[in-house]
Amino acid sequence: MGATFETIVFGVLAMFIIVMSVLTVTTGRIVRSATYLLFVLLGTAGLYFLLGYTFLGSVQIMVYAGGVVVLYVFSILLTSGAGDKAQKARRSRLFAGLVTSVAGAALVLFITMTHHFVPATGNEIPVETGINNIGRMMIGSGKYEYILPFEAVSIFLLACIVGALLIARKR
Amino acid sequence: MMINIECYLVVSTIMMFAGIYGFFTRHNMLAMLISVELMLNATDINFAVFNRFLFPAMKEGYFFSLFSIAISAAETAIAIAIMINIYRNVRSIQTKDIEDMKW
Repeated sequence: MGATFETIVFGVLAMFIIVMSVLTVTTGRIVRSATYLLFVLLGTAGLYFLLGYTFLGSVQIMVYAGGVVVLYVFSILLTSGAGDKAQKARRSRLFAGLVTSVAGAALVLFITMTHHFVPATGNEIPVETGINNIGRMMIGSGKYEYILPFEAVSIFLLACIVGALLIARKR
Repeated sequence: MMINIECYLVVSTIMMFAGIYGFFTRHNMLAMLISVELMLNATDINFAVFNRFLFPAMKEGYFFSLFSIAISAAETAIAIAIMINIYRNVRSIQTKDIEDMKW
């Protein structure tokens, strides 16, 4: 029983994501932190591609890697300067955070491992969902169609644009 | 060897708790926001994975992570606008300097 190509790709992606997400929260410089976040988001897009959700992966790359990380880098340069180092946290506080997160991770991993998931039978090969189909589902108003959240998100984005302009403008 | 659902869940759990650790220990508001972004990303992975493995015929988790990505991008934009405004007034975005609304 050899490792298939898919397994190798998943292993590489999983190691990459885990290492990068730990580096994101442990590195001292904030620009590096944003760069590692970019790598985590790209690895997540790779996971979506591996699951067969190619449109979701492209949205992840466009919105997160293209939009959000650029926003982060600009605001880091606007507010603190690239060379700023993180303040050293108190050792007790670091230790408390480490213990809390390790204990929580252990608990959740234990529950995940012992819970018996009932996988769907059949249909094991990832099936591609056509963009045509997704678009129809997004603007349909029947059962399992999503016109209401779609419109809610559009109003929400409009409110966000207005709010961000109002908050960040110069007086 | 099949990749089963637990493999994906382990990855997203570790990402989630890395985010929680960062949220507890960072003092810079932007670094805390980056940690929140890690947590949101982990939940998005979970939605997609549960949909793919447990209900492959449906599309609920798929659309939920799609809308969640849109909403977290908007939330980031608002939070960064607030931080830039704070930086104009206080000249710092360290959490120890921002205490007007703390108590």
